[in-house]
Amino acid sequence: MGNAFAHLIIILFGAMMLYPVAWLIMSSLKAGNTIFSDPSLIPKSFTFQHYVTGWEGVGRIHFSVFFRNSLLLCLVVVVLNVTSCAFAAYAFARLNFKLKGLWFGAMMVTLMLPAHVTTIPRYVMFKNLGMVDSSLYLALTLPKLLATDAFFVFLLVQFMRGIPHDLDESARLDGCGRIMIFFRIVLPLATPALITTALFSFLWTWDDFFNQLLYINTPRKYTIPLGLRMFLDSTGSSNWGAMLAMSVVSILPCFALFFSLQKYFVQGIATTGIKG
Amino acid sequence: MIDSASAAHRNGNPRPLRRASRTAVEENAVGYLFLAPWLIGFFLLTLYPMARSLYYSFTEFGVLSDPKWIGWANFAKMFTADKIYIQSLKITFGYVFMSVPLKLAFALVIAVIMNRKLRMIGLYRTVYYIPTLLGGSVAIAVLWKKLFSGDGVINAVILSLTGWKAPSWIANPKYAMYTLVLLTVWQFGSSMIIFLAGLKQIPQDYYEAASVDGASPRKQFLHITIPCLSPVILFNLVMQTITAFQAFTQVFIISDGRGGPLNSTMFYTLYLYIKGFHYWEMGYASAMAWVLLLIIAVFTLVIFKTSGSWVSYGSGE
Repeated sequence: MGNAFAHLIIILFGAMMLYPVAWLIMSSLKAGNTIFSDPSLIPKSFTFQHYVTGWEGVGRIHFSVFFRNSLLLCLVVVVLNVTSCAFAAYAFARLNFKLKGLWFGAMMVTLMLPAHVTTIPRYVMFKNLGMVDSSLYLALTLPKLLATDAFFVFLLVQFMRGIPHDLDESARLDGCGRIMIFFRIVLPLATPALITTALFSFLWTWDDFFNQLLYINTPRKYTIPLGLRMFLDSTGSSNWGAMLAMSVVSILPCFALFFSLQKYFVQGIATTGIKG
Repeated sequence: MIDSASAAHRNGNPRPLRRASRTAVEENAVGYLFLAPWLIGFFLLTLYPMARSLYYSFTEFGVLSDPKWIGWANFAKMFTADKIYIQSLKITFGYVFMSVPLKLAFALVIAVIMNRKLRMIGLYRTVYYIPTLLGGSVAIAVLWKKLFSGDGVINAVILSLTGWKAPSWIANPKYAMYTLVLLTVWQFGSSMIIFLAGLKQIPQDYYEAASVDGASPRKQFLHITIPCLSPVILFNLVMQTITAFQAFTQVFIISDGRGGPLNSTMFYTLYLYIKGFHYWEMGYASAMAWVLLLIIAVFTLVIFKTSGSWVSYGSGE
């Protein structure tokens, strides 16, 4: 098989893969409401009307409310997740303490654990603590403060293990303690892995439907996944244009992050085999 | 460290011992300081809830009443009296057995084609990753629902090509499931990137030596690429299987949260959600969660146990 043939296959197949997404974007710009069975990508006439009506929102809640809620939730999750996972990873990768092997093993087991086995007791717990439907999204953010996402701990452990040890040796001779070494040496050198962690924490929370469905009940507090679903339920087939337009809006941040930070994606996936 | 400390002790100099043990204590303290958030989370949000849900699974438990011990009744009901549960098991197994091998096959084939130092490989990788990037979102589920509906794009294409007015794929119990399989297979991008990283590790001289010996590309693929890549294939297989058993968002959106039509897309986790959070049968839902855990554990074990016969860890190097 020649290289030209390989290019051809990859381009043709790639075009097929991208078609649904391209169709979504182009259809949101097509005028009218009946042409959504039109498979062509080029609109006969352009309009931003669907974006205007979509942004007006549903049930008297502006779509910007969902957008702001999602953004807020994701930013808090990113900060908490990166911090707590970096702490745990530093302990596992660079420090020696009693029972370390046991805890590391436990962490690796939780990597494979289906979340559903803790879902119901967690829900009962959070309900008793009054954290369900809290305006600060406590049930969704608190677990991130406690590094419950073993994937990111593992990713950071892998990376921190690779940072040369003679750096901390010389820092220790200069009188740096373990804590100082973390902040002065390990953390700055682990920046690429921290960015990967931040990226995936953001995207997974942005797209997470299950947990937000459980823990957010008031439409005013809805995030984008819940807002879109409410949109779908209440407008049904009556306003597909606005529905598709808001779908496009909801994936824009993912595109923006992906294209600006592409190399961290590839690095993150290739080194740890992040699911997806 | 302990060795050097005891050696110092034998030499009759107790000071280094005290210093050494003090650093050991300090090391432990700093270690647990950094581990504290994870450790609290592990006990509070993983271990304790797991024990709790194991207990719930032997009880009848609504959200307003206290759990009432009923022994194995939940499990007995699942496998003898609950037809929808059995249906959800079948559906989920079918979905896993179809989507995971297909996804990995596509990922592997495309990765092998790409792994020939092509120009623009960065661009290609990007294009193929986009479905994975977006696929988990509600937006894409909505799109899928529209594409495969009765008056959707797919049917418009079929109509123009063959003149056949096809039914709605989403609303047909025979086909609804396949639209979900397709949606999953479409997202093979991240598996592909992992395969690409693995392919780069295979020494080029293996292929050169094989070419000299006159091995065809097909033979090279079967006897070099597959064995060298087998640990990566194993890894992908395990992770994708675990993920597939837990599929939720897409089926929830596409079936309006009901698993229809006629329960044909009643995935395991969707049924668990319906039982736990619509009917508030939390004891039953907990029992379901534990059975899921067991299924996933058994699958993972079986994959690992049988891997000895097909995974090689490069002992020949």
